[in-house]
Amino acid sequence: MDVKPILFVILYIVGAPFIGGFLDGVDRKISARMQGRKGPSVFQPFYDVIKLFQKEPLVVKRSQTFLVMTYLLFMVIAGGLFFAGMDLLLCFFALTTCAMFLVLAASFTHSPYASVGCQRELVQMMAYEPMVLLTAVGFYVATGTFYVKDIIHMNTSAIAFLPGVFVGFLFILTIKMRKSPFDLSTAHHAHQEIVRGVTQEMVGSNLALIHLAEWYEVVFLMGVVALFIVNSNPVSYVVALIVILATYFLEILIDNTSARVNWKVLLVSTWVVTLVAGGINLTILVLMHR
Amino acid sequence: MNLIPFLICFPFVAAIFMYFIRNNKIRNRVAYASVGVIMLATLWLLVDFLSHGGQATAILVENELVDAVILIAEIGLMLLVIYLCFKYKKLWISLLSIVQTLLIIWLEKCGPAFEETPQLLVDRLSVLMIVIVAFIGGMITVYATGYMHGYHHYHREFPDRRYYFFSLIFVFLGAMFGLVLSKSMLWLDFFWEVTSICSFLLIGYTKTDEAIHNSFRALWMNLLGGLMLAIGIACSIYEIGCVDVQTIVAQGLTIPIACFAFAALTKSAQLPFSRWLLGAMVAPTPSSALLHSATMVKAGVYLLFRLSPALFGTMTGTMVSFIGGLTFLLASLLAISKSDAKAVLAYSTISNLGLIVACAGVGMSETIWAAIYLLIFHAVSKAMMFQDVGAVENSLHSRNIENMQGLIYRLPRLAFIMLIGIAGMYLAPFGMLIAKWAAFKAFVDASNPLLIIFIAFGSSTTMFYWTKWMAKIIGPPRVDTPLRDVTKKDEYVSLYIHVVIMLVVCLLCIPMSKYVVIPIELSLFGSATMTLDSADIMVMVILLIAIVVLPFVCYLGTKRHKRKHVISYMNGVNAGDNKNFIDSYGEEKQLYTANWYMMDYLAENKLLTPCVIVSAGVLIIMMCLIIGGAVSWM
Repeated sequence: MDVKPILFVILYIVGAPFIGGFLDGVDRKISARMQGRKGPSVFQPFYDVIKLFQKEPLVVKRSQTFLVMTYLLFMVIAGGLFFAGMDLLLCFFALTTCAMFLVLAASFTHSPYASVGCQRELVQMMAYEPMVLLTAVGFYVATGTFYVKDIIHMNTSAIAFLPGVFVGFLFILTIKMRKSPFDLSTAHHAHQEIVRGVTQEMVGSNLALIHLAEWYEVVFLMGVVALFIVNSNPVSYVVALIVILATYFLEILIDNTSARVNWKVLLVSTWVVTLVAGGINLTILVLMHR
Repeated sequence: MNLIPFLICFPFVAAIFMYFIRNNKIRNRVAYASVGVIMLATLWLLVDFLSHGGQATAILVENELVDAVILIAEIGLMLLVIYLCFKYKKLWISLLSIVQTLLIIWLEKCGPAFEETPQLLVDRLSVLMIVIVAFIGGMITVYATGYMHGYHHYHREFPDRRYYFFSLIFVFLGAMFGLVLSKSMLWLDFFWEVTSICSFLLIGYTKTDEAIHNSFRALWMNLLGGLMLAIGIACSIYEIGCVDVQTIVAQGLTIPIACFAFAALTKSAQLPFSRWLLGAMVAPTPSSALLHSATMVKAGVYLLFRLSPALFGTMTGTMVSFIGGLTFLLASLLAISKSDAKAVLAYSTISNLGLIVACAGVGMSETIWAAIYLLIFHAVSKAMMFQDVGAVENSLHSRNIENMQGLIYRLPRLAFIMLIGIAGMYLAPFGMLIAKWAAFKAFVDASNPLLIIFIAFGSSTTMFYWTKWMAKIIGPPRVDTPLRDVTKKDEYVSLYIHVVIMLVVCLLCIPMSKYVVIPIELSLFGSATMTLDSADIMVMVILLIAIVVLPFVCYLGTKRHKRKHVISYMNGVNAGDNKNFIDSYGEEKQLYTANWYMMDYLAENKLLTPCVIVSAGVLIIMMCLIIGGAVSWM
């Protein structure tokens, strides 16, 4: 049996919180510098999460915790499937199921803010989902397989065939990473008109679990970004790393330079970008392969 | 194979009994017994069929009596339609019936001679359909005995005509068996007409103005389909002197196939004909479950499956798959604006049928693989959802999703079944998603970018309306008082059996592919490709176990944790609890959180008419192109 996928999965499960947390710290630092502040240490997110775990457990509704936990575990499974080299479409489906648990956890309480956040989260999902699916299809048409383990062994990077899909994916990455201008359902910054939206009623260890899940998610999504670049040539891994860092920086830049839009702009712009960038790219590719 | 005539005739006999037994208890007993007989006969047929190696068998019925009965029944149906059209002053609708019936009778009696071919065919596809109709339909009939009791208990304003209701249900079951077993298009047309009229009569069951209006809409749309069937049959008799569906498909006759495909679109309620199915929701829930979601609408897709080998790469195929894809997307968008649970189910039915139709229209063996999967899962989960919503309505006295807030605390058993049903409709890794996934792959392999885009967008809109419904069910209840669950035992029996079937079907999807779906593909196309490989499906099964086990383990694991309860955040204006707040006048007000329906953009009255107009335009133009093209080739 091949041990490589198992190794990757273990690396993901153990390493992702550290990488995700570190990226979060870097994010805060760079954001602070962009805003002319000094900013906290890059390890601040870890301190925060540890502190959250130590807080007195408060709940509005008892059973909320189990949905939050399921959310986290499903995120680990979705990412794990990806790093095990499984079917990309399947990973994305698992990611959707996972996102749904967050919505359910948020809808569990009477909170008006969480409730509004929950509906907005659904609109965000509706906005980004088509592009996510088209990304998977794009990889399939470009490389002839949905399997991540085979895609990384191609001779040419997938981005050569999928420039439009890549642009579309970067666009929805802003929604997925909850960055302004698309942070409608909950924001990392303390200036959301629905307070904390989806995570409104999650405190202490529950909130810490949400943070952990977000870190796992970021690593998974960055993995997908890397998938556009990686090919059979080892050099491509270095390029992929650079592209990931550039993407991450781009998201921070967008976050700090744009104002939040309303849901209509979010939905329409995302769908238009999906259709134009993703749809046209895909159509050309499909017709070429006929 | 003596079972076949029995299977078709027995439900009609049972229907006569249903009509004349006026004692509810006795009628219910007879209904159970008849359903039992139908299920046993189906099982026997299945065993007999499989023990003969699943060989397709054609049956020639050479009996003057049978022809005479069908002829009399056709005329009888026509007279019934004429009478009702006169009674309710919808004269023009009767024209549709008169023209097609006379056309068929003329073809049979005085038209050009055509080959006498076997009228019935038992093959894997028809056996699958029979199993679905017998078991899902039978279970719904059992459920209906309990449901109709509660229905008439709470709706005293409607006359209790249960004898009529059950009699129609059995007529419908018989017609459905006949339809899926017919090899001759003439027979198929007859049974097609019977199902149309059954549906029409059941929609009008309550005799309210709305019910009558909706029933006539269903009637004219379905009769239009029947008329197209009749025209198709006439064309095929003139072209090749044959009414055998397999010959027509093998010869790839353009005009008859286009007409049949058109008829299938009306029956499956695809745009622009979706309105009849939406209107059909006024009927009592069991008939919605039986006719309008689990079985009758499947007659349309069944016909498309038969036609699908002839649809590959043709204009008709493009038309069918385009209309299907469009319906999938638009119906799921429209479902977002609905708060009536049955309306959401109706739109979701139309939308899912759209996907099946799109798969059948592409006409490749991969897409048929996905389509058959979709058909099976959809029949089970939709029947379950309808029955559950019906049971909830009897207890809650409302089927508005907004009123279902906190249902899991108020009607735990029904709410739990509802959650399973919803999860089955769209979540990874339940059945529908496996099928959707396969459809996705198949469209990519068919190099059809438009269908890929339809399915990508349609999936995301589907997710929106299901998730918000789910969130409502598990949300906090507005009222703490538990509801009295008035669901009868027979309703629960049917519901639980559906839950079990659904889970089994999900778990056994690999053997099902090998022993059910692939052989059907083989018999239709002569070749078979499995769209998903077994490694994929294995992961799906693992995910399935994860999604069932994980929440449960997490629940048990966190149950004993000590937690301090606090009230939720409302800017500090909570009135002491989570349900009320102090408004700007200093008075206590109840907090009301509602789901988002996007009524400004997606409301039915804004979006449906443009959708119907656009799709009708597409359909008419494409039909003209197909027929014009075929005529100019002659």
